[in-house]
Amino acid sequence: MRVALFITCFNDTLFPETGVATVRLLERLGVEVDFPEEQTCCGQMHFNTGYQREAIPLVRRFVEIFGGYEAIVAPSGSCVGMVRELYAMAADLAGDPALKREVEALAPRVFELSEFLVNRLGVEDVGAYYPHRVTYHPTCHSLRMLKVGDAPLKLLRAVRGMDLVELPEAEQCCGFGGTFAIKNADTSAAMLSDKIRHVLSTESEVCCAGDNSCLLHIGGGLRRGRAGVETVHLAQILASTADGGNT
Amino acid sequence: MTATRPPDAFSKGKTPTFEQSAKASLSDSQLRRNLGKATKTIREKRAVAVGELPDWEELREAGRAIKERTLRHLGEYLAQLEESVTRAGGQVHWARDAEEANRIISGIAKGHGAREVVKVKSIATDETKLNEHLEDEGIAAFETDLAELIIQLAGETSSHILVPAIHKNRAEIRDLFLKELDVDDLSDDPKDLTEAARLYLRKKFLSAKVGISGANFAVAETGTVCVVESEGNGRMCTTLPPVLVTLMGIEKVIPVWRDFEVFMQLLPRSSTAERMNPYTSLWTGVSRDDGPQEFHLVLMDNGRTDVLADEIGRQTLNCIRCSACLNVCPVYERTGGHAYNSVYPGPIGAILTPQLVGIGKPGPDSLPYASSLCGACYQVCPVKINIPEVLVHLRGRVVRHKQDSGTLKARLDPENAAMQAMAKVFADRGRFEKAQKAARIGQWPFARDGNIRRLPGRLAGWTAVRDLKPVPEKTFRRWWRENRG
Repeated sequence: MRVALFITCFNDTLFPETGVATVRLLERLGVEVDFPEEQTCCGQMHFNTGYQREAIPLVRRFVEIFGGYEAIVAPSGSCVGMVRELYAMAADLAGDPALKREVEALAPRVFELSEFLVNRLGVEDVGAYYPHRVTYHPTCHSLRMLKVGDAPLKLLRAVRGMDLVELPEAEQCCGFGGTFAIKNADTSAAMLSDKIRHVLSTESEVCCAGDNSCLLHIGGGLRRGRAGVETVHLAQILASTADGGNT
Repeated sequence: MTATRPPDAFSKGKTPTFEQSAKASLSDSQLRRNLGKATKTIREKRAVAVGELPDWEELREAGRAIKERTLRHLGEYLAQLEESVTRAGGQVHWARDAEEANRIISGIAKGHGAREVVKVKSIATDETKLNEHLEDEGIAAFETDLAELIIQLAGETSSHILVPAIHKNRAEIRDLFLKELDVDDLSDDPKDLTEAARLYLRKKFLSAKVGISGANFAVAETGTVCVVESEGNGRMCTTLPPVLVTLMGIEKVIPVWRDFEVFMQLLPRSSTAERMNPYTSLWTGVSRDDGPQEFHLVLMDNGRTDVLADEIGRQTLNCIRCSACLNVCPVYERTGGHAYNSVYPGPIGAILTPQLVGIGKPGPDSLPYASSLCGACYQVCPVKINIPEVLVHLRGRVVRHKQDSGTLKARLDPENAAMQAMAKVFADRGRFEKAQKAARIGQWPFARDGNIRRLPGRLAGWTAVRDLKPVPEKTFRRWWRENRG
């Protein structure tokens, strides 16, 4: 099987290690990965902040770049949510029925990493080894927009050597919300402090999630408090093997 | 009593933005404690009550479908409702806006020489500022819902649709009653507090000539109006005074009696987490020698037809005011209702208020941004209002309204400038790759030992409580080119 990696501008620039892990993991599972280098940003930040006319050219670009692929995989629930749930609205705003048809045809082929592995490939044990105490934060868009359900937990439960601890009030938002963290910084900080309290209560070494945007937020708070808890993307845990496998 | 109330989105004059108001709420530790405790309790209870019904998802879909169909033919159903109510001996009035609604209601009260009125289910009348209007006309309005009474006595506004005094705990209520009600001693036992309110309200129920209510539903087919409540005060308010006036938004109409089957399952479980609420009052026009002998139904638009005209926004009118979205909202839980500066707080208020008062006012325009778009509200909404979708849509309307206003302020807006610049960057791979490099170089004044602890301008909001990971040396695409390209 051949898939296109939709890395997302955020991961490409700030979290290259997540992209590398995603490639290695998929290749280890026998998936051929292609990276269309023309890709930039899906337009989520513009669209969700209200700059929607500005997002339309980015929607068109995405459709042109990824339209030919059978499956598109991204290590981000949030960006996949944008494509699957909001591209149709963008096409309506553009008043372009042809674009609407294209995004509707494309949307079901765009997958968040954990749902691609569990639902599309039918794999739960990816052969990972990660000898740490880990708690998992289900990000809002993967949980409620994409409805990935317990796919990430199924994958994590199969990881060898790992002590997986349940996060209290796990489904509560961490307070990131894109530009929300800037526009309503105080409210965002209040949400973050509760999330951090719950993370610390698990006594984990690592807080894991499927979105680096949420992890940038949670991790930023943990680091500021010198909490000694790392934030690590799900892909990086799943890519880790007992032999430290670097290819 | 009402003069000290701060202006809200439905008042004349400028209201603060959500961000400004949230600051005060967030630093109130008593409020945070009260709200956190109350919303958590009701959240968990609701989940249990809803979990009892195996067909909950089908019920939600049915509720949504009925509301959508009703809104599509709203004009016809309202005409039918008018006919049914009139046939049953009631009188129907049409109010274009809040002022007209208030004038109609005060006119009826004055016509009966009323100096005092009792009220229940007061959200719609809070929207129109009826109490202030009545006061100006020399009529005293007494709220009879316990929580509404509490906030009226405190000179405050509601902070929750279902439990308007959710921001107060019982010790605070005891202090208030000792000050405002004619009682010598009082404990903070809820039973004693309720008894004190009961003694106070009984006198009002028996003496008032006019009762004023809101409505949960009105059935077009039969002309029946319905009020759903917990305390029985609404029952007294709608049956004891000889004249009853009901103010309802035009979206509250439902087509047929049978629709209750759906809504009476959806509403109590979503709002109070009960299988059935204690009191459901239904009346059809007037009944001879039983209850009020004069009934007026005021049907109010006040911005609702504008909401109806917006294809994405119109689902907001599905709302049955259950308040489940408030109780699950992580933003509401922390800021409370007052930060929304509207009688409609929480996620539903964040989409309803700006649509009712119109886009282009800084206070209400800030409300669609009072959300992290986490989607918890949509998940629990009993009539499936896709609140995150409407929030995003309204953000678009707010920005387009600003951009299209062509004012100097809009043209010089730094956020707009930054967004335009980034849109250009993302539109082209070459520019994007150059920008990645520029970000790496541009961060040097802020990055220290692999960490960013302070950023300038608007971005300082982030670094106030969070560190920021600096942009790493190598982008993913560079790794790809070197290893897979």
